[in-house]
Amino acid sequence: MTYIAKPKFHHPGLKKNELGYTHRDYEGKISTLCAGCGHDSITASIIEACYELSIEPHRVAKISGIGCSSKTPDYFLGNSHGFNSVHGRMPSVLTGANLANRDLIYLGVSGDGDSASIGFGQFAHSIRRGVNMTYIVENNGVYGLTKGQFSATADRGSKSKKGVTNTDNAIDLVAIALQLGATFVARSFSGDKSQLVPLIAAAIGHKGASFIDVISPCIAFNNHAGSTKSFDYVREHNDAVNRLDVLVGRDPIAVDYAPGTVQLVEQHDGSKIALRKIDADYDPHDRLGAQTFLAKHAAKGQIVTGLLYVDPDAEDLHEHLNTVETPLNTLEADTLCPGSAVLDKINASLR
Amino acid sequence: MKPTDIAAPDYFHKVVDCQWACPAHTPVPEYIRLIAQGRYSDAYMINWKSNVFPGILGRTCDRPCEPACRRGRVEENPVAICRLKRVAADFKDDIKQRLPRPSPKNGKRVALVGGGPASLTVARDLAPLGYHCTVFDGDPEAGGMMRSQIPKFRLPNSVIDEETGYILGLGVDFKGGHRIESMKSLLAEKYDAIFVGSGAPRGRELDIPGRKEAAANIHIGIEWLANVSFGHVDKIGKRVIVLGGGNTAMDCCRTARRLGGEKVTVVVRSGFEEMKASPWEKEDALHEDIPILNYMVPVAFKHVAGKLIGVTFQKVKAEYDAKGRRNLVPSGEPDETIVCDDVLVAVGQENAFPWIEQDCGIEFDKWHMPMVDPKTFASTNPKVFFGGDAAFGPKNIIWAVAHGHDAALSIHKMLSGEDITERPLPEVQISSQKMGIHEWSYDNDISNDKRFKVPHRDKVIALKDIRAEVELGYDVKLALGEAERCLNCDVQTVFSTSLCIECDACADICPMDCITFTDNGEESDLRQRLKAPSPRPDQDLYVSSDLKTGRVMVKDEDVCLHCGLCAERCPTGAWDMQKYFIDMTHAGSTCPTKSRSAA
Repeated sequence: MTYIAKPKFHHPGLKKNELGYTHRDYEGKISTLCAGCGHDSITASIIEACYELSIEPHRVAKISGIGCSSKTPDYFLGNSHGFNSVHGRMPSVLTGANLANRDLIYLGVSGDGDSASIGFGQFAHSIRRGVNMTYIVENNGVYGLTKGQFSATADRGSKSKKGVTNTDNAIDLVAIALQLGATFVARSFSGDKSQLVPLIAAAIGHKGASFIDVISPCIAFNNHAGSTKSFDYVREHNDAVNRLDVLVGRDPIAVDYAPGTVQLVEQHDGSKIALRKIDADYDPHDRLGAQTFLAKHAAKGQIVTGLLYVDPDAEDLHEHLNTVETPLNTLEADTLCPGSAVLDKINASLR
Repeated sequence: MKPTDIAAPDYFHKVVDCQWACPAHTPVPEYIRLIAQGRYSDAYMINWKSNVFPGILGRTCDRPCEPACRRGRVEENPVAICRLKRVAADFKDDIKQRLPRPSPKNGKRVALVGGGPASLTVARDLAPLGYHCTVFDGDPEAGGMMRSQIPKFRLPNSVIDEETGYILGLGVDFKGGHRIESMKSLLAEKYDAIFVGSGAPRGRELDIPGRKEAAANIHIGIEWLANVSFGHVDKIGKRVIVLGGGNTAMDCCRTARRLGGEKVTVVVRSGFEEMKASPWEKEDALHEDIPILNYMVPVAFKHVAGKLIGVTFQKVKAEYDAKGRRNLVPSGEPDETIVCDDVLVAVGQENAFPWIEQDCGIEFDKWHMPMVDPKTFASTNPKVFFGGDAAFGPKNIIWAVAHGHDAALSIHKMLSGEDITERPLPEVQISSQKMGIHEWSYDNDISNDKRFKVPHRDKVIALKDIRAEVELGYDVKLALGEAERCLNCDVQTVFSTSLCIECDACADICPMDCITFTDNGEESDLRQRLKAPSPRPDQDLYVSSDLKTGRVMVKDEDVCLHCGLCAERCPTGAWDMQKYFIDMTHAGSTCPTKSRSAA
């Protein structure tokens, strides 16, 4: 780890966003992860996405569990709310926070151990409830903090750093998220920011459960020959179905792609996603098709990346529960406890 | 773009902006680190080898290094390089044991005309090699304009005595009070080589009405300063006008304030901003309550019965033509007369060679300047060399030193039977500074301090004594703080393409967004696609060869802090921090001769 603080100086020509912030203003403390960790690139991508969206840092709550990945919220958005919860319990803490204050932007940051092992159930339920959040799994296939044992997302047949072959089947979190009804599902790679940054930006703009699985090579324990989550392997087997640009507000970008290759998806917050198709047959609005596509390509050893599924008209947990627009944590006592007359009325209606 | 050839000595030299900008190419960051470590004598010797007069230059240098300093592009002010040089001189121990010993004479004789910085540099380089060097000067003591023109409140005699003494102590023969009046007779004395470092000794005249009539109270700036220096002049009228906007004008007005001038005014033709004087010298003048009036052209000296009573000025304004050239045109306002008792004319200096006869084999151009080769400093007479202000007109001390080094090299090569047009490459050392995991031999933690001010003597006291040095110099604590501001630009970021796995860690951590991984292209195109804007094409792009993904690494050297975080966050050691020490080759160095094309 680096002992010095990152210098305060920044490039004099850095662009500022609508709020007058540079991307440096979205940073946190200096990373204590191993040099070259894929997670640091994801951190940089989150910083970039929040900067581009001109998000006010105090409107974000970043919540994580335990693990290398769950340490990363310390390294971005230093002026946002944060909660480093118990191992695997990020989804529950996030759900609770979201119920109490629906006005914040919720960023759940987790890893493959945190979400596919100890917190697998938590992950599943937050997705199926449709909590309005951006759930990012920094997926490296190993338990890095305990020196590189296979995690539940390690592919069967892949080799550990010591040469041991994995005999267990892998959990594909993207496939599970699709099955459980996530309304925004994507996969990307820490080494491909041009794909990852707009995916994160689009996920933040999505109202509903957004899930992004980011393959993030563990530089210390999972970046060798025989690994299926190394820089080299992911680059060789990356099969991107699309790339996207996020268009915010009145700042349209020149779209000069060949006709028919760009699909515009309008989001709840008014932003638009311009999807540039790479695989012409891939339809990101077809949940079933996506599941089949994923399974077929996984069988061929390919890693499908891109925006895999999006339902622009999704509903979230608050709509399911029909809660009030006002965040619950700001409701006053007289609203929460309207008095015995109202109680009598309710009781009468149940008789 | 083609991959950057970092083996070319100039590539990393350019990254060390201060050293590149310095005419003598002093290894600035190296001596600043030594100052931070309290190794003042070591810092002094690095300077002494490179610029010969660290104590003098630490007070008077025109500091081309400071506008070039990278720190000035990162925050408001550059590192106070010049004043740190003085720190090395102020706090060093006795360094006499480190100086070269006078060596046995090799039988070759070199005559040096003028005892200023150019000649003394030549003598410094040649004497230790065994040359018999004889320096001639009209003044009784060595130093030239450093002694005669720079006021003592900026540069005390003790400093000049010490540093000229180091050179004369090398066995150099100094003939003070011996002005050379004829090149022809000097040539007849059969010296093996002659170096002319006689400066630009003549102050430019201002020939406007009243000049002759009021001559008693109109003085030529540099002559007047010399007379003050040598004690021939010790007072001036109460109301003084200084004409001119260069550093000599600043010295004149501040000297006048100390000799009885109560109301001293500087008047310049141009605008305040375009004045030739260094900003800090203007600041010092303003601090001593000297107003600087601009856009006023002197048109006449007013006089009554042969006594100067004032100067009349025409008011002008600046107009720019289609080519952007500035013309001063009358503004239409009425002329203004400023009353005064004395006028100091500091409107420029000229070269003068009345002592060089036409048939010496030395050709002159149409501006009456000798034809001098800008690399070898040889004149059209192969035995005669020029340097300093005598070669290319008025510049400043550090240029004279640089010329002196180059001329000495030419003289040594010529007298060794070598081709003087072949110039040796600088001596270059590069070595990794890695000492452990995230441990470097230099302090890579960037200081956020603003530039520290040099303490000044109280104004009331300073103005009473013309010999009281105004600047007191940094104390040890301030010097350390200022030294810590240096960004160590000589500790280079060196990239190994074959080790890079393109994990982006360096690009993510870089506080200045210097590093981009992208597809290759032409330079103009690449500069558009970098992570941060790239507004300075004079700052190089460091481009790798093709990486595994087919992309290249591009680093914009412009505002790199040399903090080493790229190397700390690199998992494979593809980035390394390597100190690049560039030492210019002087006469007598054993460096193999290779011709070099760049500067």
